[in-house]
Amino acid sequence: MTHAAELHAQPEHGAHGHHDHSHDHHDPGFWRKWVFSTDHKMIGIQYTVTGLAFLMFGFGLMMVMRWSIANGAAPFPNWCGPFLHSIFGDAVFEKAFDPNTKAFVGWSLSTQGYNVFGAMHGTIMVFFGIVPIAFAGFANFVLPLQIGTVDMAFPRINMASFWSFFISCVIMVLSFFVDGSAAKSGWTNYPPLAGVADTGPAFHPVMNGGTLWLIGMVFNITASLLGSINFIATVVQLRAPGMTWGRLPFFVWAQFITAYLLLLAFPPLESAAIMNLFDRAFGSSFFMPTGLVVNGMNFDGQPLQFSGGGSPILWQHLFWFLAHPEVYVLILPGIGMVTEIIACNCRKPIWGYKAMVGAIFALAFLSFIVWAHHMYMTGMGPKVSAFFQTTTIIISVPSVILLTALLLSLWGGSIRFNTPMCFATAFLPMFGIGGLTGIPLAFNAVDLYMHDTYYIIAHFHYIVAPGTIFAIFAGVYHWFPKATGRMMNETLGKLHFWGSLVAINCLFMPMFLQGMAGVHRRWWDGGASAYATTVQPVLYWNQKISVAAWALGAVQLLFIVNFCWSIIRGKKVTSDNPWHATTLEWDTPTPPPHGNFIKEITVYRGPYEYSVPGADKDYTPQSEPPSGASAPVLGHVAVPAHA
Amino acid sequence: MEIPYTVTPRPDTGLANPKLGIWLFLASEVMLFGGLFSGYIFMRLGAEPWMWPHGWLNVPVGTFNTFVLIASSVTVILSWEALKMRNFKAFKGWMALTWLCGLLFLAVKLSYEWPAKFSHFGAYIKKESAEKYETWLGNEGPDGRLARGLPPRLFISGHPKTWAEVSDPKAKEIVLAAIDEENEKPKSEENDKAHFIPRDMVHLHEGHEVKLDKADLIYGYGPFYPKLNTYLACYFMITGLHGLHVLGGVLVFMYFWGPGAKLYKTNPVQFTNRIEVSGLFWHLVDLIWIFVFPLFYLL
Repeated sequence: MTHAAELHAQPEHGAHGHHDHSHDHHDPGFWRKWVFSTDHKMIGIQYTVTGLAFLMFGFGLMMVMRWSIANGAAPFPNWCGPFLHSIFGDAVFEKAFDPNTKAFVGWSLSTQGYNVFGAMHGTIMVFFGIVPIAFAGFANFVLPLQIGTVDMAFPRINMASFWSFFISCVIMVLSFFVDGSAAKSGWTNYPPLAGVADTGPAFHPVMNGGTLWLIGMVFNITASLLGSINFIATVVQLRAPGMTWGRLPFFVWAQFITAYLLLLAFPPLESAAIMNLFDRAFGSSFFMPTGLVVNGMNFDGQPLQFSGGGSPILWQHLFWFLAHPEVYVLILPGIGMVTEIIACNCRKPIWGYKAMVGAIFALAFLSFIVWAHHMYMTGMGPKVSAFFQTTTIIISVPSVILLTALLLSLWGGSIRFNTPMCFATAFLPMFGIGGLTGIPLAFNAVDLYMHDTYYIIAHFHYIVAPGTIFAIFAGVYHWFPKATGRMMNETLGKLHFWGSLVAINCLFMPMFLQGMAGVHRRWWDGGASAYATTVQPVLYWNQKISVAAWALGAVQLLFIVNFCWSIIRGKKVTSDNPWHATTLEWDTPTPPPHGNFIKEITVYRGPYEYSVPGADKDYTPQSEPPSGASAPVLGHVAVPAHA
Repeated sequence: MEIPYTVTPRPDTGLANPKLGIWLFLASEVMLFGGLFSGYIFMRLGAEPWMWPHGWLNVPVGTFNTFVLIASSVTVILSWEALKMRNFKAFKGWMALTWLCGLLFLAVKLSYEWPAKFSHFGAYIKKESAEKYETWLGNEGPDGRLARGLPPRLFISGHPKTWAEVSDPKAKEIVLAAIDEENEKPKSEENDKAHFIPRDMVHLHEGHEVKLDKADLIYGYGPFYPKLNTYLACYFMITGLHGLHVLGGVLVFMYFWGPGAKLYKTNPVQFTNRIEVSGLFWHLVDLIWIFVFPLFYLL
C-alpha cells in the first residue's frame, strides 16, 4: 500500500520539483545562490567555512602567544617578527633591545599584546569558531535533512542569522586595527578592567577594542537568537510524517536542546553587554565600584571618574549565567555528531538512546544552576558555594550517562575505522579526561588553589579541543560526501587524525602538571621573570608544550589540503548513501537540491536500525516501509542535482 | 518548494510556525529584560540609602502612559477580533488606534519625560564636605535628618546659572541660580517623603546663590544623565530599550495598517495570523512596562 502511495506521489512531486528547479536554480543567479542564500544547506556551509577560518585564526593567535611563553618573552625570529608587527602594530608588538649593546634585536609580544591575543583567542574560538560550526553550521546542514523536511521553518530569518553573524565577525576582526588593538580583558571581559580598558581621552569613544567587542557580541548574540528560534520551530513543526519524537536521531535531540540553551542563556549576557556599554560610553557605574583606583593605562593612580556604587560581581553573575550553559552549547552538538558516526560505523544501534535523551534534558536543566562554580574566588561564602558545589557534582551524572552509553555502543560492533570513526572514537577518552579532571574543580577548596592555573586551561581544552573539535572533524569527514558529492582522502585523513591525536595530548597533558604546580594562565613570559623561584621545576614544560602546539598547527595543514583538494578532485561518490547509514539525510540526491527530497518521505522506524536480525542488509533506513516488500522502494537513486 | 504549516496549524502540535516562533522570541525577551531587572535589583540592594533617589519621576504622567499602553493592548486584540470576523473596516480603525497609542506613549517620553532630565542639574556632595553645605542638606541638629533616623541627604539639585561652568574642566565652581525645594527647606518634614509630582524649583536671589566647589562633588554631577547615579543609569537603559521595543511595534503595526494590509485580499488567514503574532509581541511590550512603572515611579 505504501509502495503504491510512493509511486503515486512520485510523479506529482517530480513535476513539482521540476518546477522548483527552473524557478530556483535559473532565476536566483550567483548572489542569491552562493551569498544571500535562504537555503539551509548553503547557510550551513557558509557558517562552517567561516567558522573553520576563525578556528585557524584563533589557533594562530595562540601559536604566537606560545612563542612568548616558551621563550620568556624573547623577540620573534626575524622571518616572522616584522611581519606580525606590520599586521598588528605597536599596541601588540614592541621593540626588543639587547641588554648589553642596546641594539635593536627584533619584535617581541608586549604584555598588553599578550592580553589582546589571550582575550581574542578565547572569544574567537568559542563564539566565532566552535559554536558557529558545531551548532549553526552542522545543524543547518544536517538537521532539516534528518527530520525529512524541505528547509528551515523561517528561511529568511535563517539568512538574517548568518549575516548578523557575519557583521559580528567583521567587527571583531576590525577591532584589531583600531588604536590600542582589540579587547584585552579576557574572553570573560571582567569589569572593572573591562570598564576602563581603552577608555579615556587617548581613545575613540566607539572605535576602541573594548567597545567594539561589546558591539560585536550584540550582533553575535542576535545571530544565535535567530538561529535557535529557527531550529526549535523546525524540529517541532517540520518533522516528516512518522518522525515521532522517539524516532528523532540523537543528533537532532542534541541540537534541539542546544537551541534552548542558547535561546534562554544568551539574553542575560546581552543585558550585561548593554550595561557594560553604558559604563563605557555614558560613564554610568553598573560594574564600577566606588573609589576605584587604577594605576597606569593613562589614569596615573587617580580615582576613576565614575559615580560609583556598581558591582563587578554582577557582571560575573550575568556572564556565567550565559557561559555555563554555553559550555554545554559547545559540547552537546559534538556529542550529537559523535553519536551518529559511532552508530553508523559500529553497525549497531546506540546503547541507551532513551537514557541519553533523558541525560541531555537533565544536563540542560542543571546547566542553568551551576554557574557560580566559576566564581568561588569572589568569596561568596560557604552556603552559596555548597549549593553550587552540589549542583556541579550532580551535573556530572548525566555527562557520565552519555559517555557510558557511547562506550557501550562500541561493544560487540563490527567497527569500521574510517577517518570519521577514528575522530569519533578518540572523542570518548578525550571527553572523559576533560570531564573527570573537572570533578575536583567543582569543590570550593580545590578550586581556590586551581583557579586560573594551567590545570583549568587543560581541563576545558580537553573538553573543547580534542572533544568538540575532534567531533567537528569527524562530522566534516562524515558529511562531506553528502555536501559535495565527493569523498575526502582517507590517507590524508588518517595522517591528520594520528598527528592531531598525538600532538594535542602532548599539548594539554603537561598543562595539568604545570597547573597543579601553580603556573598561572596569564603570565605572558611563561612565568620566567617573576615567579621562577616558585614554579621552576615545571617551567621546562613551557617549551615542549609550545612545540606540540606548533606541531598540531602543522598537522592541520593536512586537513586544509585534503578539504580543498577533495572539493575539486576527491573521489566521486557512487551512491547517495556511501556509509550505508539509516538516517534520512542519506535519502536525498547528492548533493541535495533546493527542497532536498525528490520523493515523499515517510518515517517508519527508529534512527539506528543497524544489523536487524533477519533483514536483507545490515542497515534499514528510517524511510523503509516495514512490510517485506521484495524491491526496496528507497534504493540509492543517484539523481543529478543540477541537470 | 513550500514550507509546511506557515499558515495552517500542524495537527499534532496545534501551532502554525510563526506563532511558535514568536513565543520562543518572547521567551528570550523575558530573559533579556529579566537580566536587566535583576541588574536593577542587584544595584538597588547594594546602593547606599542616600544614593538611591525616590520621587524623581512624575507619577501622574507615568500613570497616563501606563493607561495609554494598556489601551493599545486592548485595541490590538479588537483589531484581531475584527479580522477574525472578516470585518476589514473595523480592523483598520482599531489598528490605527493601536499605533496612535504607541506613538502617544513615545511622544510623552520624548517630549517630556526624558528631556526633563537633561535640563535638571544634580550633584552628590562628598561625605567629608557635607558640613560646608549643611544649609542645603539639613542633616545635623536636633531637627536634622540624622536625628530623625533618616539617611543623610548628600544631594543638591536645581538649575545652574550657566551650563558652561558645569562642562568646563577649568571652572572650579558651579553656581546654582535655582534649587529644588528639598534643598531650600531641607529640614521640613514635608520634604522627607517622596511626592507623586516632583516639587517646584525655588529661584534664588543674587547673593543667595548656592556655590558648589567641584572638588566637593562626586563625579557624575551635571544633568540627570546615567552617569549621575545608578538609578538614572537603570532608568535610561530599561526605559530606553523598552522605548525601542515600542517603536518597533509601532512600525510593524503601521506597516500592517498601510501597505502590508494588501495581503488581506489574497490571503486573509495569513494576514490575521500576522496581526495575532505581532499582537503577542505588543502584549509583552505592555507587560514589561507593567514592571517598569512600579519599579521606577512608585518604589
